[in-house]
Amino acid sequence: MSIWEYANPTKFMRTTEGLLPWLVGSAVLCSVGGVFWGFLTPEDFRQGSTVKIVFLHVPAAMMAINIWVMMLVASLIWIIRRHHVSALAAKAAAPIGAIMTLIALATGAIWGQPMWGTWWEWDPRLTSFLILFLFYVGYIALWAAVEDPDSAADLTGVLCLVGSVFALLSRYAVLFWNQGLHQGASLSVQSGERMSSVYRYPLYLAMLGFFLLFLALLLIRTRTEIRRRRLAALQAREMRA
Amino acid sequence: MIALLIRDLRLATRAGGGFGLGVAFFLILSALVPFGVGPDRATLAPVAPGILWVGALLACLLSLDRIFALDHEDGSLDLLATAPLPLEAAVAIKALAHWITTGLPLVVSAPLFGILLQLPVQAMPWLVASLALGTPALSMLGAFGAAITVGLRRGGLLLSLLVLPLYIPTLIFGAEITRRGAEGMATATPLMFLAGITLGVLALIPFAAAAALRVNLR
Repeated sequence: MSIWEYANPTKFMRTTEGLLPWLVGSAVLCSVGGVFWGFLTPEDFRQGSTVKIVFLHVPAAMMAINIWVMMLVASLIWIIRRHHVSALAAKAAAPIGAIMTLIALATGAIWGQPMWGTWWEWDPRLTSFLILFLFYVGYIALWAAVEDPDSAADLTGVLCLVGSVFALLSRYAVLFWNQGLHQGASLSVQSGERMSSVYRYPLYLAMLGFFLLFLALLLIRTRTEIRRRRLAALQAREMRA
Repeated sequence: MIALLIRDLRLATRAGGGFGLGVAFFLILSALVPFGVGPDRATLAPVAPGILWVGALLACLLSLDRIFALDHEDGSLDLLATAPLPLEAAVAIKALAHWITTGLPLVVSAPLFGILLQLPVQAMPWLVASLALGTPALSMLGAFGAAITVGLRRGGLLLSLLVLPLYIPTLIFGAEITRRGAEGMATATPLMFLAGITLGVLALIPFAAAAALRVNLR
């Protein structure tokens, strides 16, 4: 199995058709299960019941960043090897990533109101997420603005490359600009300090669920893009005939 | 290359408002801010570095779409692309021409607007230095955005949406230099960061911009 086989849209459609029901099922099971399991956890002794928003906030934030990385890889594959399905996958991923960023920002604001006493603070993490959202919006807008699909894929690919560098640069530049209010990572492989396993396992499940959810949505959207492309080709043929 | 630079400068000046427009915009902005936030020295002085830098950003943004759009319309961009000069060099020269017509006047006139906004005198050299270091990066990034949107009909709004997020690191360090200069703190670290960003942008962005232009000229 290599990704080059799936540069053939027919092969991609056939494989994903069988895969999709399983993916959707497990995504719903894991994300709903993780979030509900999260709601059944005991209240934190300092944060009270607000701690439960972490089961939405952390997976969404994780996916928001990883979806951009996935778009970067997909754009590179398109630019270097003209893998058409890859370009469409990058296009399909962008709105999902933007929504994940919005969920992370919104849940963070809802949590921050009782905990920090403010909906919004110009904290490095919050700011870099807002910047990430701006990059998503620009990327989506560029896809919408360019008519020729191959040119659009090329231009957005270049934008994604440059944008990645600047998103990363902004991430560290804002550290310089303002000190943070946001706590450090709650899950970390290196540091000994960890959150209690009561919270950790539902969080893992929710993260897995959000990952599967992204995969399922990505495949659905990519399939839609392929169908749209086929429709456009059919219409173009009709016009010529 | 020099011929292209001279041609672009001549076009910018003869088309009217090439040099003055950005500065005039800057002046209007500096005149409007006190109406918005109040005329006291105590409120104006702390926000002055930020306002001046954001103003420079917006003044730069105003004239970006002219970098390639006119040449694209009359077809001279196609000639440039097929000329022996690499397209990357042409992009760099056009960005330089844009900087000379908008960035340089801003750098020179910035202390004047600093006075209007009650910027402390000891911050003036730092304001000029940070603008001199930062605005070339703004022009280069703007050329990249203009290259991406050159074929589009409603490119103007999209251009600002694409370019402004790219300006964030430059803005952060540029305003930080001026702010630290105003408070008499050490400015070496942000100055070096800003110089690093500008040099990196000048070295790498011409390739990205030329790639985008080639796609749009296909």
